[in-house]
Amino acid sequence: MSTRALLELQNLSTHYVSAKGRRVVRAVEDVSLRVAAGETLGIVGESGSGKSTLALSILRLLPPAARIPSGRMLFEGEDLLQKSDAEMRRVRGKRIAMILQDPMASLNPLFTIGDQVAEPIRVHEGATRASAWARARDLLKAVRIPSPQARLSQHPHEMSGGMRQRIVGAIGISCEPRLLIADEPTTSLDLTIQAQYLNLLRELQRAHGLALIFITHNLGIVAKMCDQLAVMYAGRVVEQGPVRQIFKAPAHPYTRALLSSIPRMSDGRQRLTAIDGQPPDLSALPPGCAFAPRCPSAFDACRAAEPPEIAGVANSRVRCWLAAPDAGRGKAGNGAL
Amino acid sequence: MARYITRRVAYSFLSLFLLSLTIFLFVRVTGDPTTLLVEPGASQADIDAMRERFGLDRSLWVQYASFVRSLVHGDFGQSFYYRTPVLELYLSRLPNSLLLALAAMAFSLLIGVPSGILAAVRVGRFWDRAGKVFSLLGLSLPSFWVGLVLILFFSVYLEWLPSSGSGTALHLLMPAFALGWYFAAAHMRLTRSSMLEVLGSDYIKLARLKGLPESLVIAKHAFKNALIPVLTLAGINLVIMINVAVVVETVFAWPGIGRLLYEGITFRDFPVVQAVVLLGGAMIVIVNLLIDILYAVIDPRIRLEA
Ligand SMILES: Nc1ncnc2c1ncn2[C@@H]1O[C@H](COP(=O)(O)OP(=O)(O)OP(=O)(O)O)[C@@H](O)[C@H]1O
Ligand code: SF4
Ligand SMILES: [Mg+2]
Repeated sequence: MSTRALLELQNLSTHYVSAKGRRVVRAVEDVSLRVAAGETLGIVGESGSGKSTLALSILRLLPPAARIPSGRMLFEGEDLLQKSDAEMRRVRGKRIAMILQDPMASLNPLFTIGDQVAEPIRVHEGATRASAWARARDLLKAVRIPSPQARLSQHPHEMSGGMRQRIVGAIGISCEPRLLIADEPTTSLDLTIQAQYLNLLRELQRAHGLALIFITHNLGIVAKMCDQLAVMYAGRVVEQGPVRQIFKAPAHPYTRALLSSIPRMSDGRQRLTAIDGQPPDLSALPPGCAFAPRCPSAFDACRAAEPPEIAGVANSRVRCWLAAPDAGRGKAGNGAL
Repeated sequence: MARYITRRVAYSFLSLFLLSLTIFLFVRVTGDPTTLLVEPGASQADIDAMRERFGLDRSLWVQYASFVRSLVHGDFGQSFYYRTPVLELYLSRLPNSLLLALAAMAFSLLIGVPSGILAAVRVGRFWDRAGKVFSLLGLSLPSFWVGLVLILFFSVYLEWLPSSGSGTALHLLMPAFALGWYFAAAHMRLTRSSMLEVLGSDYIKLARLKGLPESLVIAKHAFKNALIPVLTLAGINLVIMINVAVVVETVFAWPGIGRLLYEGITFRDFPVVQAVVLLGGAMIVIVNLLIDILYAVIDPRIRLEA
């Protein structure tokens, strides 16, 4: 943690509150994370663990039902939660960009590619149409779209899926943001196209020195792409730290289960479903550790109180009673995976 | 695809055939037209002569067969009352109906689209709830009632607008409002739901992620997309408006085909009633057919199911 954080989340919570306020879905709970400039943070977790909610919280583009009851989101030293809507608009697309989970559906069918790629440049930099379109053409070239000039005046339906995905990438970097958040495409694109896309993201990141938050189900991709890793379970970050450290010595039983399921995901496409049991209902979490019902190492303390974040080696942190200096040490042996 | 279209066309002909049979029998249930057409106190011989002239003395099936035979040649027969070809009558009234329908359409879109967008953008809040009340009223208050209230207020009480007739733009206002009222509510509801769907789409999310001002997100990215289904519906509704204005045209004495139908029914002018109903039915069947084919071209799944 020597580098100054570009983005620092402090105890961030995001809840979805039902119309009458009866049901509260704790989609993100007490999350603290740091992303340094130029660094890649991977976020993994099974479906519904709150990854997309976390990403949209950072951009403050949550659905109307969402609330952020507590926390701070420091970006380049400024708390994004304190910003006005107008100030947030100047952050979105300009300083923090995001690529949505489904890049195929992210382009407006009725407008040309040129229009859509040039749009953030025109809005944020007040560029003229001509210069914004010239920049758009360069961006298409940068994301390896063949004959970019001709593509500018085409519509999304005239492009292949892989091309659309790269165009959405081009929109993401159009205003040279400091941070790019990429929610992993869930639409099953061709694996080679997928690999090309990931390489492209990496290249863009290096070329522009931008920080990347990469959300994925796939630990294989994390190993290839990321410096830091945060594992989410039931809205909480249960383990975080340098990728190498976590792969070498996972401290949380959930992380261990994830890692042991990697060989079964050899085709790179399978989801993190290899763990027995159901994910918990985020509106009715059990007391204590949310993972306890599925945890092979659970013991009494786990059901009594929620584990705090405990610092481990090499700047890693883990939310598990097993890591507590005293509690549960003696039991850890029983629960080895 | 060709098979699908052939089948749809065959169904369309079948429904028009059934419609022709139904309306043919239906008008004949209403009574004998000759009693309304002869001079008061005419002799039975006069009546019989007239029945023979109109071919009403023949058996029903012979009458129907000759009706269909003429239809095939594009001949709708002679009006009993006006003694002129029905098609000429119809075509002379059609422009008025079209004018009324266009005015009603303009009104319904002018009211329906902005209020639908407002309701979607402010979903669950005041304007959305106000819009719900409005659309409920629009869909449930009958047009003759709206027409009568309009006449009472603007013609009788304020004396601003002529209560009936045609010729000036002022004559058009109230019937267009009365006819468009229901459609304004329908267009509002569709605009609202279409807008809500668009607002939940990923490309709107991306537009916001780009940092565009909300006004641009709505006016540029959402509006155009939300309008597509509304305009499709409006196209169908225009055809429907031309053909369902009977009550409004009668209340306001507007000389369109609705009023022609009303007159045809009052005078038991069978050929007129048959022509107006059949031509209206044909228009609606054709529009539906075109839309089905269009959707089948756009969405291959429909073709496969068929
Ligand atoms: N608009 C919403 N209203 C209520 N609950 C929601 C809403 N959006 C998401 N949730 C809930 O919040 C939780 C987290 O959802 P989120 O989409 O952030 O998960 P995710 O980790 O991105 O999942 P995936 O890997 O499938 O994309 C889920 O339980 C989901 O049901
Ligand atoms: S706190 Fe207990 S239940 Fe939770 S992960 Fe650790 S050992 Fe398992
Ligand atoms: Mg997600």
